[in-house]
Amino acid sequence: MTVHQTIRPGATGEVVMSARHVAKHYGAVKALKGVNFDIHRGQVTTLFGENGAGKSTLMKILSGIVTPTSGQILLDGQPVTFHGANDALAQGISIIHQELALAPNLNVRDNIFMGREIRTARGVDFAEEERVTRALMEELEEEIDPLTPVEELRLGQQQIVEIARALQARSRILIMDEPTSALSASEVEVLFKVINDLTAKGVSIVYISHHLEEALEVTDHAVVLRDGAMTAWAPRAEIDLEWIVRNMVGENFDLGSPPESEMGAPALSIEELCVPDPSGHGLVVDHMSLSVKAGEIVCIYGLMGAGRTEMMECAAGRLAASGGAVKLHGQDVSGLSISQRIEAGLVLVPEDRQRDGLVQTMTVGQNLSLASIGAFTRGLFTSRKAERKVVETSIREVTVKTDGGGAMIGSLSGGNQQKVVIGKMLATRPEVILLDEPSRGIDIGAKAEVFKLLAQTAKERGLAVVYSTSEVGECLSIAHRIIVMHRGRIAATFDHTATKEQIMAASGEAVHH
Amino acid sequence: MADITNSKPATGGTSMNIGKILLEGRAFFALVAIIIVFSILSPVYFSVGNFLIMSSHVAIFGLLAIGMLLVILNGGIDLSVGSTLGLSGVVAGYLMQGVEIPAAGVILYPPVWAVVLLTICLGAFVGAINGVLIAFFNVPAFVATLGMLYVARGVALLMTNGLTYNNLGGDAALGNTGFDWLGFNRIGGVPIGVIVLALVALTVGLVLARTAFGRWLYASGGNERAAELSGVPTRKVKVSVYVLSGICAAIAGLVLSSQLTSAGPTAGTTYELTAIAAVVIGGAALTGGRGNVRGTMLGAFVIGFLSDGLVIIGVSAYWQTVFTGAVIVLAVLLNSLQYGRTGR
Ligand SMILES: Nc1ncnc2c1ncn2[C@@H]1O[C@H](COP(=O)(O)OP(=O)(O)OP(=O)(O)O)[C@@H](O)[C@H]1O
Ligand SMILES: [Mg+2]
Repeated sequence: MTVHQTIRPGATGEVVMSARHVAKHYGAVKALKGVNFDIHRGQVTTLFGENGAGKSTLMKILSGIVTPTSGQILLDGQPVTFHGANDALAQGISIIHQELALAPNLNVRDNIFMGREIRTARGVDFAEEERVTRALMEELEEEIDPLTPVEELRLGQQQIVEIARALQARSRILIMDEPTSALSASEVEVLFKVINDLTAKGVSIVYISHHLEEALEVTDHAVVLRDGAMTAWAPRAEIDLEWIVRNMVGENFDLGSPPESEMGAPALSIEELCVPDPSGHGLVVDHMSLSVKAGEIVCIYGLMGAGRTEMMECAAGRLAASGGAVKLHGQDVSGLSISQRIEAGLVLVPEDRQRDGLVQTMTVGQNLSLASIGAFTRGLFTSRKAERKVVETSIREVTVKTDGGGAMIGSLSGGNQQKVVIGKMLATRPEVILLDEPSRGIDIGAKAEVFKLLAQTAKERGLAVVYSTSEVGECLSIAHRIIVMHRGRIAATFDHTATKEQIMAASGEAVHH
Repeated sequence: MADITNSKPATGGTSMNIGKILLEGRAFFALVAIIIVFSILSPVYFSVGNFLIMSSHVAIFGLLAIGMLLVILNGGIDLSVGSTLGLSGVVAGYLMQGVEIPAAGVILYPPVWAVVLLTICLGAFVGAINGVLIAFFNVPAFVATLGMLYVARGVALLMTNGLTYNNLGGDAALGNTGFDWLGFNRIGGVPIGVIVLALVALTVGLVLARTAFGRWLYASGGNERAAELSGVPTRKVKVSVYVLSGICAAIAGLVLSSQLTSAGPTAGTTYELTAIAAVVIGGAALTGGRGNVRGTMLGAFVIGFLSDGLVIIGVSAYWQTVFTGAVIVLAVLLNSLQYGRTGR
């Protein structure tokens, strides 16, 4: 690691690591079919591809977590075999996982130094660890105390910790598997600044994201994977958004426009809702009022910590309100449990799929049908035939790429797991659906598919949809109304003719470009 | 996006190899191995008569193990089942001896069906206390049921003053005969205890596989937060499993005291550990969400046939303990092999 010169963007840096004809099979599933992949010194190589294309699998192979079925890995031109992730780490390769791999009970500092504590003769040097953690948080421009337990952090903050953990390793090759899926635009800016600093120091980066425009900002090389094979490769200068989309899925996808649904009576009314901050002081949702009509689609935009998640969790019955009311078709639902609210037609698609969305010990089918067991219970017993129908319909509707309903949920790629969480709640045939960052980790094709499904259901059945997002582009798609939340309040309301700049400005976010 | 949805039936993915079959059917193969080995070592082991006797021993902790399975599927543990078994036996014995009502100056002899019903209610009540403590007061399952282990045992000792109720046969004149029916009678040559076990196993198996409750149980054991957000009444499920476990323990207590026609306050001591062992050998994960009745039954039979076999060939009780321990550890070792691989 002696290289400190800055490399011109676009120039081909020397290859530090590469995969040669790497294949990975899981039983009959061919996750990778002989892929060649190069990582260039001091540059960012971005990997694009649909959900289940094999991106995470390839990254896990490069970072020693998964052993390939066949093929070779070259590090500095020499063939290497990794015995586990620690081995790869020792050779200067670290990874930010798509599915967060933190210990929720430990604090931020201990998570960052987990397995590589700073040891002295008198035990672990906690003071030094804390200092480094503070420095990392400063670098990432986050106000997170190193002593906060990770389980108390919001998903986006947890993602920051995961990033900090990888940065702390000071590796020469840094793999980032969807690092920004829960981050807001300003945090992404900060991350990109960090990435630029790193590449300037000669660190090589692999970047994976389904936010294509965003990824284009940092990338030096683009590689497209499709169905386990590499289908295209090009340096930054030769590509644009259209090129990526064309190579990824074959056609251009449009996220749709607001459906011309006939709006009915208010389906969901939130009146002066207050949710206390878990720490005890202040309110995360501060006297917020919002009414959504049947057939209407509302998008909620806001920075991390704006109170979107809490508002939705409170409406769904997960969090208790300290004031105000949530009404479904004019009826106060405050006395109802989560299951009663689901029965009444008010459902939530949670943000954190691992923690709140999926049961890892169950199959894809059992996860999909979990919220609608009543629909396939005949008398005392469940009907297998009816259940299979529910599962197959869901798999088709939300386009889950799976071997069938009997596959274990953990064998699906991240994006496909996300689709299962959405499909599960849609299978309950709700009247009001709240989706907290539904597009987290799903590819543009699937995103378009899910949005189309929501728009169609809103139009045909009068479904009221509220979804939150931290990607402005997603606001200006199917939503009739865009609400910007800031510190637990509604900061602004727009219709679908608003511009990205207007929306971002209202969220309290500095507008760049 | 033609190739996104790949809904072909999962035929290709399951390329069964021998290792996998051995691993998944380990409890079954262990049972077969035990039967073969002991049949070779002892001429009396391999006979229908002996199998039925051993099965009636298995019935006791088999019943406990089914209740324990439900609790473990939920991600909990029930350490109180052995004590509940003892207490149930004592209460049944007490009721059979006649309940004196001082106000009316009479001694009431409830009929056997009433004794059985009341004892089962007692089991349910003990379980309900566990369940409510755990689900509503957030007491860790280990602690709540450990407390109940002591309390129930203490109550049993208090009730009998440490003595044993003998001669629970009842009296024709009092109209309360038939208590020994559970323990001694046979239908078609099969002891009633074994039939009770089979019925409970079948019912619970059906509930787990084919009812909403079963699905709720697996879901809340696998990820309680996700289950709750999917509309599963997780607290109700939690209380229910402890109630069911208490009921199973009460039934086991009835069968045991009926087999012995006596009820001692120390009956069932450490049986909770045997029940846990049976569940674990049967492939259930102590972290919850994984396991089934078939495995648990095999686990119970492995333990029962092993320890009875050791008795038959005359191995000392000390060695029996060592063997049982080794089998448990081996089983858990294989569990971690099976589940450890799936993630990768
Ligand atoms: N442990 C496993 N067992 C079986 N199949 C697996 C396993 N892990 C991954 N797969 C399969 O391999 C394929 C590639 O998965 P991978 O996670 O690499 O996709 P991805 O490109 O990262 O997708 P996403 O964008 O959704 O994260 C998928 O079809 C997935 O179902
Ligand atoms: Mg992935």
